[in-house]
Amino acid sequence: MDVRLLTLNVNGEQHTLAVPVCKTLLEVLREDLHLTGTKHGCELGECGACTVLVDGEPILSCLALPIELEGREILTIEGLMEGGRPHPLQIAFAEMGAVQCGYCTPGVVLSAKALLDRNPMPTRQEIAEALSGNLCRCTGYIQILDAVERAVAWVRERRLILEEGRS
Amino acid sequence: MSRRVLHDGGAMLRLPPFRYFAPRSLDEALRILSDHGSEAQIVAGGTDLYPKMKRRQIEPRVLVSVRRIPELSRIVWATHGGVTLGAGVTLARVLACEDLAIAYPALARACAVIAHPPIRSMGTIGGNLCIDTRCTYYDQTFFWREALGFCLKKGGAICPVAPGGTRCWAVSSSDGAPVMIALGAVLHLIGPHGERTIAAEEFYRDDGIQYLAKAPEEVLVEVTLPREDGWKSTYWKLRRRGAIDFPVLGVAVAVRMESGRCRDARIVLGAVGSCPKRIREAENILEGNRLEPDVIEGAAHAVSRAIRPLDNADFLHLYRKRMASVFTQRALRELTDPPPR
Repeated sequence: MDVRLLTLNVNGEQHTLAVPVCKTLLEVLREDLHLTGTKHGCELGECGACTVLVDGEPILSCLALPIELEGREILTIEGLMEGGRPHPLQIAFAEMGAVQCGYCTPGVVLSAKALLDRNPMPTRQEIAEALSGNLCRCTGYIQILDAVERAVAWVRERRLILEEGRS
Repeated sequence: MSRRVLHDGGAMLRLPPFRYFAPRSLDEALRILSDHGSEAQIVAGGTDLYPKMKRRQIEPRVLVSVRRIPELSRIVWATHGGVTLGAGVTLARVLACEDLAIAYPALARACAVIAHPPIRSMGTIGGNLCIDTRCTYYDQTFFWREALGFCLKKGGAICPVAPGGTRCWAVSSSDGAPVMIALGAVLHLIGPHGERTIAAEEFYRDDGIQYLAKAPEEVLVEVTLPREDGWKSTYWKLRRRGAIDFPVLGVAVAVRMESGRCRDARIVLGAVGSCPKRIREAENILEGNRLEPDVIEGAAHAVSRAIRPLDNADFLHLYRKRMASVFTQRALRELTDPPPR
């Protein structure tokens, strides 16, 4: 079997592991690094449950080979806290009932984070488009879209307060 | 308990073992491909290949990734118009390029409706042009296919779509392919016997198994789109959901007008057969005429008459046939009366 020694940057930490090249990032995250926040759903690239961010862009870990990700920044749901606090998206999802069974949530939150980092003031349509690769079988999506909008508003308020404080 | 389930191979769809090469030049890629012959498979984004490997529809022993080959990741505009896209340019990168959307709206429209955002950041334009044909009976897990009996395309002797026949009817399901044909694109290939160019229209074969006029050891390097030159284009896609799904009908239309009349037209349908289908009967109805409603309707009916989708994709095939006419009309109307911006 083709096994390689790889160094992966996951959530800001370097991990050096021996990985069979046929093992997907999803398998390595869950089985070798025990980061089980990344979920396995369809495993065929349709459902988005395994979404992680690579250099800030959402990708499907079930279809990504770790050998192609050396030297890139991989972010999973476990790495989303900022300064020991949950990300505004995480708080908004909890408060707005956007989490039901929770299986799709890590992927949805990461897709939303990628959007907000690129576009801090997205419209509801842009949010829906950015999340179009993440299936949710519980919520009917309404609460998810509401939660992302709430997080957008919070981030904006916080920025305004910070700016006022500075001036 | 949970750890046991995690490590149980049966609980997940895993890739079969393979050897992996990531050459840094075309020469090196060609050498690896010729060394491994039919055991080797080219991969770019992997978004089409890996699911098929997980379902054991394709079982290569050797993967040759073309991600690190510089020629494949370039976008080069020619001085006098026209652009060459490296086959490894991601769909997200095509979408991020505003100049492409202005010059070739059909291409931007098609890329915007491929799968969903994560797939578009991984998948490439060359990969989309080469995606495997699809079929209800083929795109299933190994378990499912074994239970029903394997089909002609993989491991079996009959085609469940048309059991009396001897051919495979799997469906060309690329959104990019009909668009590239409508835009008059030319593909550049390199293989053990040198380089060659081929018109996008000639790149596809009406066979669900041998669906590309490309040898397995040939690499699709780049795609050249000709100068915009007055052509207007668009793409309409039918599928069940607004995202994720492959097309079950794609209509790419390009027209060039001259003093109010249609000088040239190209109408190309995707996902209605094993290759994209150019409908010359419909083009002839448009050419030389003003694109009045009755002319558009005539062309749309010609489109519907010319195609024969089969019952091996989502939606009823008769519905897809009728929608081909509806989408052709909508596409032509969009090009003749652009909505106010």
